[in-house]
Amino acid sequence: MLKYFASRLLTFVPTFLGVTLISFAFIRVLPGDPIIVMAGERGLSEERYRELSEQFGFDRPLVVQFWEYFTGVLQGDLGQSFVTKKPVWDEFFALFPATLELSICAMVFAVALGLPAGVIAAVNRGKFFDRALMSTALVGYSMPIFWWALLLIIVFSGNLQWTPVSGRIDLIYYFPDPTGFMLIDSLTSGQKGAFASAVRHLVLPTIVLGTIPLAVIARQTRSAMLEVLGEDYIRTARAKGLSPGRINGIHALRNALIPVITVIGLSVGTLLAGAILTETIFSWPGIGKWMVDSIFRRDYPVVQGGLLLIAVMVMIVNLTVDVLYGVINPKIRKR
Amino acid sequence: MKQPIRLTALAMTFALGTTAVSAQSLVYCSEGSPEGFDPALYTSGTTFDASSHPIYNRLAEFKVGTTEVIPGLAESWEVSDDGKTVTFKLRSGVKFHSNDQFTPSRDFNAEDVIFSFDRQGNEQNPYYTVSGGTWEYYGGMSMPDLIESIEAPDPMTVVFNLTRPEAPIIANMAMDFASIVSKEYADAMMAAGTPEMVNQAPIGTGPFKFQAYQKDAVIRYLRNDDYWGEPAKVESLIFAITPDASVRYQKVQAGECHVMAYPNPADIQAMKDAADIVVMEQEGLNVGYLAYNTTQAPFDNAKVRKALNMAIDKQAIIDVVFQGSGQIAKNPIPPTMWSYNDDIVDDPYDPDAAKAALEAEGVTDLKMKIWAMPVQRPYNPNARRMAELMQEDFAKIGVEVEIVSYEWGEYLSRSRALDRDGAILLGWTGDNGDPDNFLAVLLGCDGRENSNRAQWCHQPFEDLIQKAKVLPTQAEREPLYREAQVIFKEQAPWATIAHSVVFMVMRPEVEGYKVHPLGGHIFGAVGLSQ
Repeated sequence: MLKYFASRLLTFVPTFLGVTLISFAFIRVLPGDPIIVMAGERGLSEERYRELSEQFGFDRPLVVQFWEYFTGVLQGDLGQSFVTKKPVWDEFFALFPATLELSICAMVFAVALGLPAGVIAAVNRGKFFDRALMSTALVGYSMPIFWWALLLIIVFSGNLQWTPVSGRIDLIYYFPDPTGFMLIDSLTSGQKGAFASAVRHLVLPTIVLGTIPLAVIARQTRSAMLEVLGEDYIRTARAKGLSPGRINGIHALRNALIPVITVIGLSVGTLLAGAILTETIFSWPGIGKWMVDSIFRRDYPVVQGGLLLIAVMVMIVNLTVDVLYGVINPKIRKR
Repeated sequence: MKQPIRLTALAMTFALGTTAVSAQSLVYCSEGSPEGFDPALYTSGTTFDASSHPIYNRLAEFKVGTTEVIPGLAESWEVSDDGKTVTFKLRSGVKFHSNDQFTPSRDFNAEDVIFSFDRQGNEQNPYYTVSGGTWEYYGGMSMPDLIESIEAPDPMTVVFNLTRPEAPIIANMAMDFASIVSKEYADAMMAAGTPEMVNQAPIGTGPFKFQAYQKDAVIRYLRNDDYWGEPAKVESLIFAITPDASVRYQKVQAGECHVMAYPNPADIQAMKDAADIVVMEQEGLNVGYLAYNTTQAPFDNAKVRKALNMAIDKQAIIDVVFQGSGQIAKNPIPPTMWSYNDDIVDDPYDPDAAKAALEAEGVTDLKMKIWAMPVQRPYNPNARRMAELMQEDFAKIGVEVEIVSYEWGEYLSRSRALDRDGAILLGWTGDNGDPDNFLAVLLGCDGRENSNRAQWCHQPFEDLIQKAKVLPTQAEREPLYREAQVIFKEQAPWATIAHSVVFMVMRPEVEGYKVHPLGGHIFGAVGLSQ
């Protein structure tokens, strides 16, 4: 197992190098000069332009700029945002917990509902429940996020007033946030009602962000289960007289899990890369909106540093998924 | 029957959570995050709303709701006869805020004023490079060329020595970049090795003290009980950062916010009709225009430009592009600005006359480009659509239009070229309420190949605005600017399109809010009825 883990870890190195180069090149390939964008309609003199170019280091050859960026990265220095003038690292870690918290909740929601839904649909293949579930999943998958979020807000926050409209916690609560995870910080703050408020604020964004992964997981679980349920060993298990619960839950599901975990892994990667629309609508202070704003402002250090950090997170998730394959299916780790 | 009961219980739990904040806290649903809290470092209105307005003061201030300049941290000022020396008498007894790291040992004085400007222009100042300072506004308002030196003959007097007379200097002193920061705090932070705290944990003299900022989520302020002016009406001010306009409105309706800015134009009528929502409106201090390249034939001919202007159906643009949240512009400055010449008659919308005028100038089968901005701006919410409407209008007089667009940075940079091919849609939002800030910046000869996108240099106009710039009083300057607008209309370097209308949406319990023509959102005098 250790050898398997190490071999997966080794693939990190070339990927990391590639991502560093791509993240550096990506933003520079886009047209638009950050200094001109910053000056806006006001414009600036050529002299001032030269001065700022020098200050930001744009006057040096690209290779030199990349080398400085790369050596900085190796030393844990991702540079400083042109716009906020703060270190990229600080900004990322101020925002990432919010994204992570929401992603985890959305994923738990999607797996908790999607996995059983897929299993039940597979077992009841062709029946009403199966068809209803799969049609709902298709609708969930094709729903425009923006519209879905606003609809939920209008119904549950506007008309019914069950949930707050947006934000992470009611504004009456104010406490330090050592972890950045609102559920944990509100719980440790000792303020009455803070945790409940944080939970309520999570409900709608979790549903919105979890809807697509939920649909994907349900459909993937169903098709994987159907494949496995047709295998000879399941027929044997049935012939042995095992209970349907044991057959479906243990013999079938465990073997159907590999493709499902792949899908979950990919979904987590997507969620971590920033749920831009969900974060924007629910005023959720995460990294998705931060990255998009930075691309529009041509804030080079934030874009390249943010991309790199997100890529590393996704790589870690993929590594975890690879390791999980090994845990679930011993054949894989022996290859 | 069990399930409905459970659902009701769940619903009640949720319903209990949608409480509004305390009556003594004013919550403003802002549209974006501030870049920082030192206004001199930045140029965006969102940042100024969160920094210069609540936290800081300036030597002079704009009276809220007007562009009138009134005393601020300076009780009075005097301009010398040659216009090159401005002496400010400072207000005594003004206290800076304190925070966990800093408690001021003295009141505000001339050292703070000198430091606030010196750090923006003097490369030797240790704060010149702190926080990657680029001091855009200081440079943009030509302060480095204008200020020769700043002196303090005594602790409560500051003298600005200028390289030339410049009437708008007083209005410049009321701008956000001229906010006064504490030198004592800056020194303390430099000594502690954390100079960036001046930007991150601001100390000012304003009506609110900075309390905390959770990035992209919430900014909190507390009332400054030692404020030198009228103290703030509410105990605390909270900015709930809410980027989506529809969500901001939902929050106002749900009582989670008291005030919001930048509603969707399409929602405004419904907001006006809603019983428990108040909508305030005022013309913004901006102008959206189509600038011809006056150096290129046939657009170097004023009669051709006038003819084209007559072909544009501006009312259709207001209806379609602004969805009613704009008004037709006839002058290059907005109507809320002093010296606005209301006697000027706009070019009528008359395609037949336009066509005849073009033919009279021998212009037939004209093909031209119109540049459409790729971004939304207050003065032009949808440039592409505006360009399409103009394309249709010009087609009616036999002019074929090709619409071009570039990425925003490219757009700004390419459009400055003297040999630019085509007329460009752009606009401007005023900085200091002074006509010079529009007429000289956008239409003066010095602005060519930069902010003067018409590349227009017309001596009679130039003489007027240069003369007006150095006259000491508004009364003396006003007739010159009014005359300049007449020349502008005759020469038509632009088709003036629209001034946007700014809407503010609030709950009925909000008292004393005034829409500020310079675009800021200011809450010092805003209270909440019980």
